[in-house]
Amino acid sequence: MNVLSEKVLGGKQGALHLAILAVLLLVILPLCLDLFRLGLIGKYVTYAFVAISLVLLWGNGGILSLGQGMFFGLGGYCMAMFLKLEASDPISTKIQTTPGLPDFMDWNQIVELPWFWEPFKSLPLTLLLVLVVPVLLAFIIGMAMFTRRVGGVYFSIITQAIALILSILIVGQQGYTGGVNGITDLKTLSGWDIRTDSAKYCLYFMNAGLLILCIMLSRFILTSKFGMLLLAMRDKEERVRFSGYDVARFKIFIFCVAAMISAIGGAMFTLQIGFMSPSFVGIVPSIEMVIFAAVGGRMSLIGAVYGTLLVNFGKTIFSETYPELWLFLMGGLFIAVVMFFPDGLAGIYEKYAPHCSFSMLRARWLKKVPKVTGERQ
Amino acid sequence: MFGYTLEEVGNIVVMQGFSGLSLFSVLLLMALGLAIIFGQMGVINMAHGEFMTVGAYTTVFLSKLAVEYDFVKSYFVFAIIAAFIVAFILGYVIEYVMIRHLYKRPLDTLLATWGLSLVMQQIFRSTFGAKEVSAELPEWLLGSFQPTEGIDIPINGVFVMGLALVVTVSVYLFMFRSRGGLRVRATMQNRIMAGAVGINTKQVDRVTFALGCGIAGVAGAAFTTIASTGPTTGSLYIVDSFMVVVFGGAASLMGTIASAFGIAQAQSLLQFFMTSSMGKVATLMTIVIILMMRPEGLFAAKVRK
Repeated sequence: MNVLSEKVLGGKQGALHLAILAVLLLVILPLCLDLFRLGLIGKYVTYAFVAISLVLLWGNGGILSLGQGMFFGLGGYCMAMFLKLEASDPISTKIQTTPGLPDFMDWNQIVELPWFWEPFKSLPLTLLLVLVVPVLLAFIIGMAMFTRRVGGVYFSIITQAIALILSILIVGQQGYTGGVNGITDLKTLSGWDIRTDSAKYCLYFMNAGLLILCIMLSRFILTSKFGMLLLAMRDKEERVRFSGYDVARFKIFIFCVAAMISAIGGAMFTLQIGFMSPSFVGIVPSIEMVIFAAVGGRMSLIGAVYGTLLVNFGKTIFSETYPELWLFLMGGLFIAVVMFFPDGLAGIYEKYAPHCSFSMLRARWLKKVPKVTGERQ
Repeated sequence: MFGYTLEEVGNIVVMQGFSGLSLFSVLLLMALGLAIIFGQMGVINMAHGEFMTVGAYTTVFLSKLAVEYDFVKSYFVFAIIAAFIVAFILGYVIEYVMIRHLYKRPLDTLLATWGLSLVMQQIFRSTFGAKEVSAELPEWLLGSFQPTEGIDIPINGVFVMGLALVVTVSVYLFMFRSRGGLRVRATMQNRIMAGAVGINTKQVDRVTFALGCGIAGVAGAAFTTIASTGPTTGSLYIVDSFMVVVFGGAASLMGTIASAFGIAQAQSLLQFFMTSSMGKVATLMTIVIILMMRPEGLFAAKVRK
């Protein structure tokens, strides 16, 4: 038990950082902000799921997926399809020619519910599909790419192309997906009105709680032996392969986990904001989420959350007051982070917080290394 | 077939095939630059589309000058050269300031150049406005000719195709038949050895990157003859042109040409018979599936790694 808690929390220092984050998200922010601003934070927190998944995948695994937006989107769409079906019961859609169908299907002269909408009539099945659909897609992509040893930039380009395909598909098939507007007008979750203030608070806490859980899960993965292998694969893939490990399987696994975490974020987004649209699926959102992780620190789970919050906060403030400046700032941030701070905020924190025991440990460890090699020679 | 007579289908295939050829020319020009930068240097330049836009805006700017000083008939030749030079210089500067620090981190180049593309798009928007602008085309580029009844071939398409042909041949001659190209290939194949025999490898990097950007500039100039230019024009083509390069096999010139041709034709024909978005989806999907089965692309360069 002790070992497990050690692993999940990441030691004393990790537990402290996690506790600070939890207090900030669960206590300080809800007390300080009004519901509108808190809703914004809730939205950013859903992006933080994707940022965490990228820390696993990119920071620790060295696999840069430029299509995380599509898993976020798929999770969100699965949730939205359930909510939409519930919102378009025959009574509230009786002015349509075919009552009981979602409104956009009616506008596009679709008279029957398409087969892939059927499972979303039941809540348990939907919750399952929120996780299964993205993981399945990730599994197929991973299977096809990693077993053929496609890696590095090729993987990035191909995932980007797949994200593009999915977003064009969703926009193009208006009758089945709601098109460019997405799925809107979502009202209730099994009879519980998600638009009320109390529901919004409730969802916010659920969201933040899930985020903390996901961080702990990721921490557990990273501190396990698998996490070590992941790092080893990032740095010297061939060496791991020659040591007898099946690199492809590990990569597929971490890609699926990352997809699942992103999908949870997507589903929570739909619940909190009340719609889902293709603008969260395509290339631009996917790559923006990479920058959230990069700003926070690609190696740090908690850093990625702060990075997401900060970048989005900046985006909201700047695009409200100086919309022109924002793109400059965003682009500049990209360049600056990549060129000068590859470890992001977390890297800066570790560098300039010498009193923290973790960095002291690291320094001590670093000092030891040459001594060891010296003995060997 | 689809409610058309056989003759009509034939005409459609020829005309769509031709419009595919114009797309092919622009894609090829874009992909040639990328093939040099990505295929030879291994650098992912996400801002490549923006270099194309630079070329397009240069052409538009020159066309405005041309209208003012009355040399509309001949300006386009200068425009192509100017587009090349402007994009070349810009690429040279960017390589010096940014790219050269990132050669060892290819994934990071991708992110940094994406940031660069955002900045450049915003610069375009602030300087030229958010609206799309188009160049004043000289008369000899307008209109079309009809080889037979029912087939209509636009002249600007023919021109763009000719331009693409000239550029492709020049790139081939430069890369494989000149001292400069020899230096580029030597540096990319074995940097240390190339340095040891007296090649200034850093200079070669800079020129290679700038050359790729310059060709993107020419693509921009060609682009103005078939469509209008906006701040985000380049970003529409970036995924397509990356697909062309990857699909063709990164280091192969022949592969780039073949895959640009295949992708452009497939897209153009499918878009006529299906909806525009489904045509694009079908094309991209096919490429992705083929790439999953054959990751090295159609024409893989046979080199030891």
